[in-house]
Amino acid sequence: MSAALAIRNLRKEYRAGVPVLRDVSLEVGGTGMTAIIGPSGTGKSTLIRCINRLVDPTAGEILFGGQDLARLKGRALREARRRIGMVFQEYNLVERLSVIENLLCGRLGYVPVWRAWLRRFPPHDVARAFELLDAVGLGDFATRRADALSGGQRQRVGIARAIMQDPELVLADEPTSSLDPKTSVEIMELLARLARERGIPVVVNIHNVELAKRFAERIVGMSQGAIVFDGAPSELRESDLLAIYGGEGWIDS
Amino acid sequence: MRRWRRFTPAQRIGRALTYVLAAVAVVWSLRTIEVIPEFLYDAPEQTADLFRRMWPIDWSFWGEMVAEALVETFHTATLGTIIALALSVPVALLAARNITPSATLNLVAKFILVSSRSVNSLIWALLFVAIFGPGALAGTLAIAFRSIGFVGKLLAEALEEMPRGPLEALAAAGAPRGAILLKGYWPQVEPSFWSVALFRWDINIRESAVLGLVGAGGIGVALDTALNNLYWDQVGLCLLVIFAVVVATEVATSAIRSRII
Amino acid sequence: MDRLVSAATARTPFPANWTARALWTALALYVLYACGILDVSWDRFVRGLDNGARFLGRMFPPDFSAQKLDLLKVGMLESMQIAVLSTAAGIVLSLPLGLLAARNLMPGWVSWTARGVIALCRSFHPVITAILFVKAVGFGALAGVLALVVASMGFISKLFAEAIEEMSLRQVEAVRATGAGFFNVLVMGVFPQVIARFIGFCVYQLDSNLRNSTMVGIVGGGGIGATLFTAYQRFDYDFVLTILLAIIAVIMVAEVVSAQLRKAFQ
Repeated sequence: MSAALAIRNLRKEYRAGVPVLRDVSLEVGGTGMTAIIGPSGTGKSTLIRCINRLVDPTAGEILFGGQDLARLKGRALREARRRIGMVFQEYNLVERLSVIENLLCGRLGYVPVWRAWLRRFPPHDVARAFELLDAVGLGDFATRRADALSGGQRQRVGIARAIMQDPELVLADEPTSSLDPKTSVEIMELLARLARERGIPVVVNIHNVELAKRFAERIVGMSQGAIVFDGAPSELRESDLLAIYGGEGWIDS
Repeated sequence: MRRWRRFTPAQRIGRALTYVLAAVAVVWSLRTIEVIPEFLYDAPEQTADLFRRMWPIDWSFWGEMVAEALVETFHTATLGTIIALALSVPVALLAARNITPSATLNLVAKFILVSSRSVNSLIWALLFVAIFGPGALAGTLAIAFRSIGFVGKLLAEALEEMPRGPLEALAAAGAPRGAILLKGYWPQVEPSFWSVALFRWDINIRESAVLGLVGAGGIGVALDTALNNLYWDQVGLCLLVIFAVVVATEVATSAIRSRII
Repeated sequence: MDRLVSAATARTPFPANWTARALWTALALYVLYACGILDVSWDRFVRGLDNGARFLGRMFPPDFSAQKLDLLKVGMLESMQIAVLSTAAGIVLSLPLGLLAARNLMPGWVSWTARGVIALCRSFHPVITAILFVKAVGFGALAGVLALVVASMGFISKLFAEAIEEMSLRQVEAVRATGAGFFNVLVMGVFPQVIARFIGFCVYQLDSNLRNSTMVGIVGGGGIGATLFTAYQRFDYDFVLTILLAIIAVIMVAEVVSAQLRKAFQ
């Protein structure tokens, strides 16, 4: 299994001398779901956002498809970004656009601006958008405005938008944190299924350890900006959780 | 025992200082401003005379001049607002720090916006009358140039205060800058854009009604003519018409606003 | 797969929005029509540009001679005095007027009368009020002050009345329950709740009066506007530019100061 993504000695300091990520190295394979767990403020989100450069890393390499993403700029960065789909905690849909147009926003990296402006998206993109919308169970909502949807429905649109990009990798930053437990499971199921069907590797940040163990093939535990655990869900012991989350009080509460 | 204080000492000193400064400014202004008392004595008489001469209103002036001027006022305000909307968009884009990351360009754009707002529409009209000659063209441009600052400032603020999430999502999908503007910024800023446009149009109707005083067309020209001829009954008609127009626009804009926003 | 694609394309992603199209077309047609009505033609515009170049040429360089600067200083100070006095008087008059207009404190007929006065103050442009006051009290700063007092009353009282109507009545009732008289209710129950916003409106109005004081001079209301208009009528365009630059600078400073003040009093 070749590595789709290889992170080498990644370092991020928002303020000089205060690293949020301390020389993180991580390889992600060509398929399957990798869950990153850890307490909030430990740099999980920063790590994910460094990969598609929503956050600029301070040092280190992010090798993806033969390129170092950390060094890309302008057009090259945009072209790399469109190969990486992203799902957000707050869904980040453009609320005043229709559901189908939000999906087609996933194609903006490929479509000329004038086509997007006139809403003349290529027919195969439109067909794929409808197909994906059916796949996430929102076939009847195509022309509804995104702000008319519930949280779970919005996240389905968010996932569909990421898949619309035809990505080689999907990043998900706390995709279930704003949802209720039942919807959270549904969303994780959907994400895992779509990724499996299309053979796309997924890196997901998640603070819910149970969900991580249930859906991921691999768990990466982070604490204070460094990776402290890396293995299969079955290998995750209580002592590892202690190392990740520190203290014991949280287990009772 | 600790005592509860609403403000820090620095804040309180600052406030006290402001009050003192305000008092000093008022006293200074009162003592130095030039008022000619002789004029003041007969003010009540003059005022009474003014209103007496306005009545009865000279309705014949309506067909003679006012009706046509009124239409011109409407077009001046509307076309001026449309031009201002078109011109203020690029300036607002340059002024919004999250869209244009260059501090120099932001500053240039802010300067354009402040200059446009600082110069009154009547003064803009003077300048354009000097350039294009008297008439509605000067008025339209005056309205447009005065409105750029207003619309542009509010638009730039709306752009800067926009939720970042959707924009981030489009950037993460590899969308180029133009596509992010069209599909991320525009849909989100559209409601405030139209509400600012409506708000400014309402103001511009009022403003364009007086531009004629410096020769820039519209009902102000009729008012100016009547004033210069000392036909106060015609002045009365102009004031009545302006009042009616202002009330009508206010009713219209609030109706549109409650309908679409 | 083929079947799926054809089924999907049968659905339209973007149903045609005829209302929006009609409105945009109407807008485009209106612009053409209005340009025709207002005699906005390319020819005229080009001729104007030619004229404008000459105009700008005469404006540059701005006239900074000592004698002109003296005139500028006198006019600018008078404008500031007009702004300060009209705001002060406007505040004093707006306090009772705003109170009277608040529907939650006053009987209906009182608040409606007060609202009528406020609406009347707001409906006329300060330039028009200035013209009437020039006729009533003669040329000079006083007419300008009075015109801006009217405008200030309209603005401050309206917002003040709205602020009073939005405040919480519980505190007022609590004060009333202690047996306080009307004025004590005002001082203890009403003012503390609205004073910060009231000061905010006043500062904003000072800023706005300063802007408008540059304008009332054109119709004889004194201040820098009068200086500007005189220079304009004498074709003294380089001095006009000096005055414009001075106005922009003063308004810029005033804007910053008023933003800071409003922040300090919030």
